[in-house]
Amino acid sequence: MYRQKYIFLLPGLLVLIAVILFPLLFTIRVSFSSWDVYNPGLNNAGGAMYARMWEDARYWEALWRLSLLSVSTVLIQYVLGFALALLVWREIAARRFFRVLFLVPMMTTPVVMSVIWRTIFHESLGPLNPILNAIGIGAQPWLSQPGFAFAAVMIVEIWQWTPFMFLLLLAGLLSLPSEPYLAAKVDGAGPIRTFLSVTFPMMGAISVGAILIRAIEASKIMETVYVLTSGGPGTSTETVSYYIYIRGMRDFQIGYSAALSLTYLIIMAVALTLIAKALMRLMVRGANA
Amino acid sequence: MKTLYLALKYLAVTLWSAFVIFPFLWMLSTSFKTSNAVTGGATWLPWAQFEPSLAGWKSLFGGAGGINIVKPYINSVIVTGSASVIALVLGTLAAYGLSRFTFRAGPLRNGDITFFFISQRIMPPIVLAIPFFLMLRWLGLLDSLAGLILVYVAALMPIAVWVMVDFFNTIPRALDEMAWMDGCTPVTTFFRVILPNVLPGLVVAGMFCLIFGWNDFFFAFTLTFTETQLLPVSIVALNSSVTPWWSLSAAAIVSVAPLAVLAFVVERFLAKGGLAGAVR
Repeated sequence: MYRQKYIFLLPGLLVLIAVILFPLLFTIRVSFSSWDVYNPGLNNAGGAMYARMWEDARYWEALWRLSLLSVSTVLIQYVLGFALALLVWREIAARRFFRVLFLVPMMTTPVVMSVIWRTIFHESLGPLNPILNAIGIGAQPWLSQPGFAFAAVMIVEIWQWTPFMFLLLLAGLLSLPSEPYLAAKVDGAGPIRTFLSVTFPMMGAISVGAILIRAIEASKIMETVYVLTSGGPGTSTETVSYYIYIRGMRDFQIGYSAALSLTYLIIMAVALTLIAKALMRLMVRGANA
Repeated sequence: MKTLYLALKYLAVTLWSAFVIFPFLWMLSTSFKTSNAVTGGATWLPWAQFEPSLAGWKSLFGGAGGINIVKPYINSVIVTGSASVIALVLGTLAAYGLSRFTFRAGPLRNGDITFFFISQRIMPPIVLAIPFFLMLRWLGLLDSLAGLILVYVAALMPIAVWVMVDFFNTIPRALDEMAWMDGCTPVTTFFRVILPNVLPGLVVAGMFCLIFGWNDFFFAFTLTFTETQLLPVSIVALNSSVTPWWSLSAAAIVSVAPLAVLAFVVERFLAKGGLAGAVR
């Protein structure tokens, strides 16, 4: 009777192995070839592609930029998402309306909204600069200056994905038990004290989960960049995924982009594991990770 | 003190609401503009600031300067719908297996297999794009709906497994054992006894599959050319230095509207606590 257990697991597992594992193994093989437009096919180039990668400053800059972008946006998303979840958690009028409203951005297609954001950031015809003028900040060179283009990508990412953080954290808040709050009230703790010593510690595990999910997604950022700035001005907003896309799908340097991809995958997996361990130790009480 | 606190609270909620709504109002307004209204600078109010026109909306069905989004729309519905259903079926079965039985493959145990499923989300799409491209070309499935569905099933299944494993773990094993004693096989137990108990989980998992499937751009972008364009690809194709903002806005509205409605469903589950299981 237990033999039936394979009916459950195998269909899904086999599909995943066929569709993902084999391509991945293939990529490993390709990364040791110099497959490109002039010389298509698998040859043996040894570690030539990896040696080239080591010298490729544009790749390492993109990696550094991606780290900065994802760490800063995820932290901002976490702080904002947590604040918003606390705001509509209880004792506020029309809270169900606000909850729905706050969720909407994560339901929308990122690339489609990025195209819209591109019109919003348009320096002469977009609506953002007139608003900034009206409140006395003045028009800014969105999308044409490196710093501002980077900020624009961040704003779009924050708009799009803070709702996801909000969703997970609010679900966490709503599932908290009520006894600790009664105890805090009896002890006469104010709202700030209650948050620091009751809410925040109880939300530790869920916070780590939410931050990790977002960090994983943020480490893949490329669509926003592709639509909003195409990596520009210059290469100032290029992320790793986008740079690999240029090398692989545009220049058709299959071998080289395979080497870049695998290195990227390994670096990200290691970094995310370390971040996960650090967060567990920091935010989850009694965890021995 | 209490009033100040409340005032700040409502101020914060209002500010964030304005930030959330801003792009939607902008695209709604822009969708009724014409070339003249756009090049005249940013305006918001029809009639008062610009003469509204339905040109952008009409261009969605073809015509000059527009795009025909009917076919991409249908393609998107077919691909997202079938990939979500298949991913949900395969993912739910696998999740039940992993939650109830012990599997062993060499040194790998259940936990490792579950991790293998879920860890696929870590994989950046770009890493898989080129092998997928070559694989689909080899299978003759490049630029076809079947090829896209295959890729999306693999991309969405980890989400279904991730959500469902936790839901199955909350259902006591005693329920299964009781059904077995009554003479059910594991398969009939699953369908008659367990599945009805995890309906909230199925809704949550299905919803996440729909969201990530409908909103994905990259695989559709790299694995199709013209025959089977999906909606996001056809909209991004409008993005250039001379973008027709009005057609773009109208197309954006019809593309994001269906899932925006889904936010209401999500909220209901949130309020009922149906999401709590998925989050852990």
